[in-house]
Amino acid sequence: MTQERTVLTGKHFMQGDIACAEGAIAAGCRFFAGYPITPATEIAERMARRLPEVDGVYVQMEDELGSMAAVIGASYAGVKSMTATSGPGFSLMQENIGLAVMTETPCVVVNIMRGGPSTGQPTKPGQQDVMQARWGSHGDYEIIALAPSSVQEMFDLTIEAFNLSEIYRVPVFVLADEIVGHMWERVTIPSENAIKRVNRKRPRTLPEKYVPFLPDRDLVPPMASFGEGYRFYATGLTHDETGHPRTDTAKAQQELVQRLCDKIRKNREKIVRVSANMLEDAEVMVVAYGTTSRSAMSAVREAREKGFKAGLLRLITLWPFPDKEIAELAKRVRAIVVPEMNCGQIVREVERAAKETSVIFMPKLGEEPHRPVEILDAIQRGSYK
Amino acid sequence: MSKRVEVRISGLGGQGVVLAGQILGRAAAHDGKYVVQTQSYGAEARGSAAKSEVIISDEKIGFPKVRKYDILVAMSQSALNNYMRDLKKNGILLADEDTVKEVPSVKARVLRVPATRISESEFKSKIFANVVMLGALTKKVEVVSEEAMKRAIIESVSLETKKENIKAFTEGMRLHEQET
Repeated sequence: MTQERTVLTGKHFMQGDIACAEGAIAAGCRFFAGYPITPATEIAERMARRLPEVDGVYVQMEDELGSMAAVIGASYAGVKSMTATSGPGFSLMQENIGLAVMTETPCVVVNIMRGGPSTGQPTKPGQQDVMQARWGSHGDYEIIALAPSSVQEMFDLTIEAFNLSEIYRVPVFVLADEIVGHMWERVTIPSENAIKRVNRKRPRTLPEKYVPFLPDRDLVPPMASFGEGYRFYATGLTHDETGHPRTDTAKAQQELVQRLCDKIRKNREKIVRVSANMLEDAEVMVVAYGTTSRSAMSAVREAREKGFKAGLLRLITLWPFPDKEIAELAKRVRAIVVPEMNCGQIVREVERAAKETSVIFMPKLGEEPHRPVEILDAIQRGSYK
Repeated sequence: MSKRVEVRISGLGGQGVVLAGQILGRAAAHDGKYVVQTQSYGAEARGSAAKSEVIISDEKIGFPKVRKYDILVAMSQSALNNYMRDLKKNGILLADEDTVKEVPSVKARVLRVPATRISESEFKSKIFANVVMLGALTKKVEVVSEEAMKRAIIESVSLETKKENIKAFTEGMRLHEQET
């Protein structure tokens, strides 16, 4: 064993990307495969230094396709695994993210969002990959994505991402924007035994009786690791409970793909997290996530000082989308304001949930996030709806 | 009333303005303040516009970017030209004496700091100018304590350059810069 601590308990002044890496290690991640890319490079750098200290493995891959494939392989060998990237790399990972969904591989993919499309603006912030996170790989599936808004949450939600991926055997995304990734703030890292770690369900049968994709009542099958005597087959082709391809029956497709969706949909109450601020008597609700939610929080406070009844619903979970929570609140407000650092992505989901309630969308592209005064202006407009 | 100070450190990529902001932020954290440091730089390794922003407060910080700042550090003429307008009326400008030639007449308190010149004469290199500037900032503005700054510098720079950086900081602290 090494002398290095796995959990850096204490108070720190830390960068978001570094806090993400420390959260991963605290969660039990011991494998990272990646390809450096601004603004996520600091995660790779930190993991390259830290993983060998905790008997983990860091692999600098040839590209993002290989990175995602290696992450799947390591997870199937029984090791909590992750990669970190930004838009261009996230695009390259989509095919193997689909493979991870189909093979029900627990893993974490961090995307520190910069300005796109294509190579776009590497050093500038964006929230443009939100729909790609939901629908980026082909076929039907449900996914989990979390949106940190502070350096503390980069630590906390990375742990949460690992736990959710282990519980539901699904890739979980940490979707942060460049500002949160590169920001430095104070962080409190709890003691090692105060950190909640969840590990995947293990088979409760002998190897010869193991049916690798036979789900429990929660729709998630227990997972054996390769190399420990449970011999089985995992494939991206549609398969039955034994794991063998069933490419020509409707039943196999219906059962498998429906279950992949349902294991998230039917557990959404346990997954979805939002933070409600000053919404009890609010007439205008701002819905925001990531850095944008911090602009929104300042705007809501300023609106209150001016006598406008504003509140903020901060989305911590982006996928599955908190539509029930928004639908419920939408009935009680005059208008909903949605600021995003893109041309309109989450706002479509908000509109779907809000039904009749008027939605004011505030797009933002480029270097700076929304200034609070811009959101304040929209709150004032919303108050007269 | 709670105290809140907003600082923008600006210059060109390669001058260490991002590191300077991180050191200042770290020092503020050591002093027990709430603090957020953010940064903005170009895709190029050197020469593009770069800035680093620090908000230091007694209260939790929402919006993490500076709006009207109390202190502007300008390490290049273009940085000064671009950012001077958002300096508060009674704010403080610290401008590098050699890399910033023209300072407009303003209400703000203006400190000309020969940071680049000192770095070159002491270390035969411009790369310590950012830390010389932090020394001047610490001495003249008292946003953070000297002890916290020294600790933050040691924690932020490589082992091989620790001695030079502490010397650069001390030189900055000692400056009797011209006030205009």
